Amino acid sequence: MKSEIVQTDKRIALIPKLAKEREHLKYVIKQVKINKVSYLFVAPFMTLFTLFYIVPVIMSIFYSFTYYNILEPPKFIGWLNYIKLFLDDDIFLIAIKNTFLFALITGPISYIACFMFAWMVNEYPPNIRAIITLLLSAPSLSGNMYMIWQVIFSGDNYGYLNGFLLRTGIIRESIQWLQDPKYMMAVIIIATLWINLGISFLAFIAGLQGIDRNIYEAAAIDGVKNRWQELWYITLPAMRPILMFGAVMQITSTFNVGDICVALAGFPSVDYAAHTVVTHLMDYGSIRFEMGYASAIATVLFAIMVGSNKLIQNLLRKVGE
Amino acid sequence: MFAKVKSGLKNFRLIRKINRRVKVNRTVGGNVAMSIPLGLVAAFMALPMVYAISNAFKPLNEIFFFPPRFFVRNPTLDNFRDLFIIMSNSWVPFSRYIFNTVFITTAGTTGHVLVASLAAYALAKHNFPGRRFISRIIVLALMFSTAVTAIPNYLIMSRLGWIDTYLSVIVPSFATPVGVFLMRNFFEHAVPDIMLESARMDGAKEFAVFWKIAMPIVKPAWLTLILFTVQGLWSATGGTFIYSEQLKTLPVAFSQIIQGGIARSGVGAAIALLMISVPVIVFIITQSNVIETLATSGIKE
Repeated sequence: MKSEIVQTDKRIALIPKLAKEREHLKYVIKQVKINKVSYLFVAPFMTLFTLFYIVPVIMSIFYSFTYYNILEPPKFIGWLNYIKLFLDDDIFLIAIKNTFLFALITGPISYIACFMFAWMVNEYPPNIRAIITLLLSAPSLSGNMYMIWQVIFSGDNYGYLNGFLLRTGIIRESIQWLQDPKYMMAVIIIATLWINLGISFLAFIAGLQGIDRNIYEAAAIDGVKNRWQELWYITLPAMRPILMFGAVMQITSTFNVGDICVALAGFPSVDYAAHTVVTHLMDYGSIRFEMGYASAIATVLFAIMVGSNKLIQNLLRKVGE
Repeated sequence: MFAKVKSGLKNFRLIRKINRRVKVNRTVGGNVAMSIPLGLVAAFMALPMVYAISNAFKPLNEIFFFPPRFFVRNPTLDNFRDLFIIMSNSWVPFSRYIFNTVFITTAGTTGHVLVASLAAYALAKHNFPGRRFISRIIVLALMFSTAVTAIPNYLIMSRLGWIDTYLSVIVPSFATPVGVFLMRNFFEHAVPDIMLESARMDGAKEFAVFWKIAMPIVKPAWLTLILFTVQGLWSATGGTFIYSEQLKTLPVAFSQIIQGGIARSGVGAAIALLMISVPVIVFIITQSNVIETLATSGIKE
């Protein structure tokens, strides 16, 4: 008897909540109806995007909880891959360390360089600007031209750098730039900085074109005195969405470092000195065919990127204040 | 009183400066100080281009010169001649490879720019339920490593029956999240709502507002997007999706030629130059247009 009363009480208490929910649902449905056109606009993209990007990602995350060698159907093993990854895989920890070291150095430098160069280039008259832009983005335009670094840093006496240092007497014997764990990461960082002036740089240039010139003139009257103040108080805040875009591009490219390590330092590199999360992933994914384990590595990398993105977006919100 | 006059004078000078369309807040010293490092960096960045050009005209013996020389001594066109001889002897007519790549690049780029801009416009300028969610998913999708999605992707392709067709390369390229992300941020950044609103007041359909008002404003953005997409698709190999020889792309055909061994190194250098020349040409066309849009909008004001 008592419990019945309690139950009805609960039901009565639920009524306004339900009503509210129903109201909210009604509101949403109404909004959906009003914005029919918006859904039409998004529909082609969303269909293809879901099919070719979201579904594969979800499937990969699912595989990360399985043992999957491509030939046999995946076997569910829970968190085992992740446990193995962090507690039983020393090389993965080296890879994580290298990736973070690499990302912490190249990420910020190349991001700031992309912006500063775009900003400097924007100061020039159109013709000169076009030429400088072309030159600056030449390395990223020409695809895999980082092969040139192999010639420069070649370990024998004939490598450009060794040859130069020997001739000027700075060193006595040639240095194994690409085989010595001491230098490998440094070489890769230099090569990456050189090649990275691509997508964010061009996006920044396009973004700078979009800023209304009149704002600068108004600001000059309001007391902005030099180009640095102008940069901080006007240009940067006006560019914020593009800066966010650049940051995401920078995060994805720096944490995904891998191809260039393989090209310069070989695979696997001496003492795993140039081993990154992505090369570790390649090792398990395309050589050992342990797709479950590779998926777990990818998921960890994904989590790292999402985390650093959060951090950087928060930092960018403070720009120009 | 005196201070007031002084500040008035300062304002007057500023206004005069602006009327002469001189850039405000710039000093000669600052300009010079900036040009020097920029020039140095530009020279350094130009290396691969110079290297590619110089290598393509090196005779075979110069390519293997020890110690290696950066610049060509006795330029020749032999590499290109050899390349054309190899091309004319290929089993599938070489024009077919060229057609494949050109077709994939144009179809993929056109589709991508349209699909991405449409979605990006709605995401930036419409307020509909689900908008934030979609935007967030797009950013997240950018961060997942593509190395492990290859297998699920293959499964989906085979389910669709698109293995070994153009569609397997072209259609996924329509929906690359980078494009939407780029365009959305530009719509947000550069297109004022008032302009769209007034066009709607005048009775313009939403698609017309998008096509005739929003898109022209963000011309620098989609020109840049065209460049990125062309660059990506021009080097597309079809990966694990394309098997028939007559559907293979130019980069695949070229890499088959280079695999002919060490004697093909000269031809390889010629190929490297040909391969980068297309992105460079597209770069020059798009970027000069980016600058042109700026010039016209300056006049409008």
